[in-house]
Amino acid sequence: MNRIRRALARTPATSRSRQLAAAVLLALALVLVLAGPAFADAISPESGGSPNADEIDSLYKLILAIAVVVFVGVEGALFYSLFKFRARKGAVAAQIRGNTRLEVGWTVGAALILVVLAAFTFAKLSSIRNPPNSGPNGLQLADGVLVAAGPSKPLPPNGKSLNVCVNGQQYIWRYTYANDCANAPLTSVFSYQEMVVPVDTTVTLDINAQDVAHSWWIPKLGGKFDAVPGYTNHTWFKVPAKHVNEVFTGQCAELCGRNHANMTAQVRAVSPADFERWLAQRRADIKAADAAAAQERKRIEQQTP
Amino acid sequence: MAATTITEEALAPVPQIVAHRVEPEPRGWTSWVTTTDHKRIGIMYMVLTFVFFLLGGTEALLMRLQLSQANNTLLDPKTYNELFTMHGTTMIFLFVVPMMAGFANYFIPLMIGARDMAFPKLNALSFWLLLAGGIVFYGSIFFNPPECGWTCYPPLSSRSYLPNGGVDAWIFLIHLTGLSSLLGAINFYATIANMRAPGMGWGRLPLFVWTILTYSILLILALPVIAGAVTMLLTDRHFGTHFFDASNGGSPLLWQHLFWFFGHPEVYIMVLPGFGIISEVLPVFARKPIFGYKAVAAATVLIAFLGLLVWAHHMFATPSPTFVFVFFMLGSFLIAVPTGVKIFNWVATLWRGTIEYKTALLFCVGFIGTFLIGGITGVFLAVFPVDWQLTDTYFVVAHLHYVIMGGAVFGIFAGIYYWFPKITGRLLSEGLGKLSFWLVLVGFHVTFLVQHSMGLDGMPRRVYEYADVGHLELYNLISTIGSFILATGVLVTVVNVLRSVKRGAIAGPDPWKANTLEWFTTSPPPVNNFDVIPRVRSVEPMKDIRRQVERQMEPAEALPAPTAESAVRA
Repeated sequence: MNRIRRALARTPATSRSRQLAAAVLLALALVLVLAGPAFADAISPESGGSPNADEIDSLYKLILAIAVVVFVGVEGALFYSLFKFRARKGAVAAQIRGNTRLEVGWTVGAALILVVLAAFTFAKLSSIRNPPNSGPNGLQLADGVLVAAGPSKPLPPNGKSLNVCVNGQQYIWRYTYANDCANAPLTSVFSYQEMVVPVDTTVTLDINAQDVAHSWWIPKLGGKFDAVPGYTNHTWFKVPAKHVNEVFTGQCAELCGRNHANMTAQVRAVSPADFERWLAQRRADIKAADAAAAQERKRIEQQTP
Repeated sequence: MAATTITEEALAPVPQIVAHRVEPEPRGWTSWVTTTDHKRIGIMYMVLTFVFFLLGGTEALLMRLQLSQANNTLLDPKTYNELFTMHGTTMIFLFVVPMMAGFANYFIPLMIGARDMAFPKLNALSFWLLLAGGIVFYGSIFFNPPECGWTCYPPLSSRSYLPNGGVDAWIFLIHLTGLSSLLGAINFYATIANMRAPGMGWGRLPLFVWTILTYSILLILALPVIAGAVTMLLTDRHFGTHFFDASNGGSPLLWQHLFWFFGHPEVYIMVLPGFGIISEVLPVFARKPIFGYKAVAAATVLIAFLGLLVWAHHMFATPSPTFVFVFFMLGSFLIAVPTGVKIFNWVATLWRGTIEYKTALLFCVGFIGTFLIGGITGVFLAVFPVDWQLTDTYFVVAHLHYVIMGGAVFGIFAGIYYWFPKITGRLLSEGLGKLSFWLVLVGFHVTFLVQHSMGLDGMPRRVYEYADVGHLELYNLISTIGSFILATGVLVTVVNVLRSVKRGAIAGPDPWKANTLEWFTTSPPPVNNFDVIPRVRSVEPMKDIRRQVERQMEPAEALPAPTAESAVRA
């Protein structure tokens, strides 16, 4: 009873502002609940196209869980003190200068959280960094040309992957299907902008740049890897079989000049059979184009005496 | 009668210095150009850098307008690239760092009880070099502004890809502002080390002075590296060297290492003085001593030290060995500890205080709440596999604005509202101040919170246009609306300052009942700062002085309110 009377006795201004604050909070909560599913992409990185992207996503969510606890704890303490310890008539500030035990406590506490984070990261690291073997439905890598080798980069345990040389150029990506990128034979299959890969197959990438620095990034297939002139960067992805005939898009993530925004990339995942057909088709097309070019050269040479 | 007069004359103290000719106080614009008074130089620093802040802000608004819609054609790609280069460079080299130098110039001598900086002429030179840097850089808008981002990575910044003079203007800006900051840093260091009031040991140094000392040491360590790097870029561009040219045996990654060896300490150069301002203002308005003075001071120094060892966390996507990434990840984790300690200490300072909601305090609180988010997203970015997804996206843009705006700009605004009465002798309007605070706070979070989502949704930074996939257009529109709210908040403070310079209420020497020595003198302080320099007996000398005055005034309550001078005389 007393409490109600006291509440009624409160000045109308404060109770109205409280109501308003409560209404705003309620509306915010409602918006968040309703928007949650529609904006699932808003709180974690993209994933789903490759195990390393999925692992990064789950590592991110682990950190997010810890971060939310820290955030709520600290902001809670902050807002509580702001509300509770406002200057009031008669209130006297406690002249506390510190507390060594408390200082040591939160220093160790913060350090412990980070030790946990580091442990999570190391636990996940190898599954993100090191490529797995290709699956049973993947491309049977009989074609020796496309089997990656060499100690310079992480390879699947069985040493077999489809290797693609990714080359950034202002403002397009070139893909050469070859094992040894520095000495790729001139007859190697290549394509621009769209990379075609077989599903359930581990694809390793050798990334470099021809002119300025670029950065290779297809969000659903994992993180960014800078293409820097004079260096070769490495990553991998493996598209699950269920994503057959899907196209994953991305774009250059390192400022590379005026058209940086339009340097896009696509990765089309197809069945291994389709991939081999595509490879054969590209080989034939390139051969035909070479022949046509040779003929054209001959014609021009004959015309000019 | 005559005899007594003679005796009085004979007994009068003999002046130690005889002034043969007293110069009238200089007036007019020439007095500003020729001044070596640290207070006038400080004011010039603050006004000039705030003008650059408004310019940089305008550039940001133009970019936000361009991005408010997908596939917008308001700006062409060249202009857009120029704008983000100008924006980043302006905010870092022409606003935050020199603004902190401005505060330090004005308040370091006052806070430590000195009459000027150690090298007043060098101090003036620092300011004029800064102005020269700004002019050289902004002069380029009449020709070709740089378009390589504030990081200016080669090969993009080499002559083959950006042949015009924009990059050169940027290089000269780095040289001139770098020299300005370096001379300033040496000056601050010398002043703090040698000119403290009697009794002010290292354990009684105000925390803002601690942060400026650390800021100076970081500048002295980091600036020569960037100066060397841009000189190498200059010789690559014009004199045929190949430091960063991979096709001739150079290394583009060398630039990134050199740049970030400077660039990461630069972040702490920007935010540590902000921390210092918060550490001064919070205790004053909570009416409580800072919680854990030694821990806060030690955390400052530790952050600076670790800040020198984490630069390559900006390079997690580059072709580098995994153990390098692990080292820099763990180093970055370590920094989170002293930073967390600072935040805990600030919250503990508020705990059981009696908090007075002045605008300066509001900006401090906004700082803690905002910077915390920047600190937490920093931990995400420190985990290098996660960074592979987040780096170079709008997530990083959001993070860096939470750190630099949250950490430095909120601190600068707190500083403006806290110290304006000392500089001008007049109070800023609290009403306009609070309006400004709420607009800035709400505008800031509306602008930048949603940018985390843009980055997670796949939007890289530094793109002049984007396709409307996912919710990108919605996010961008929200961000653009927020940026205009933020800009309105800043303008309210500008109006407040312009109004209050002439018409604000008279502040008196110590309007906040603060703790440090700058409040011991009049507002604005006289040219010599202090007629008498009091002996410092604790980390809060003004509290001691007030207590002493109260004690002496107790029997005679009818006397007028005591002044600082009477305290010393007594």
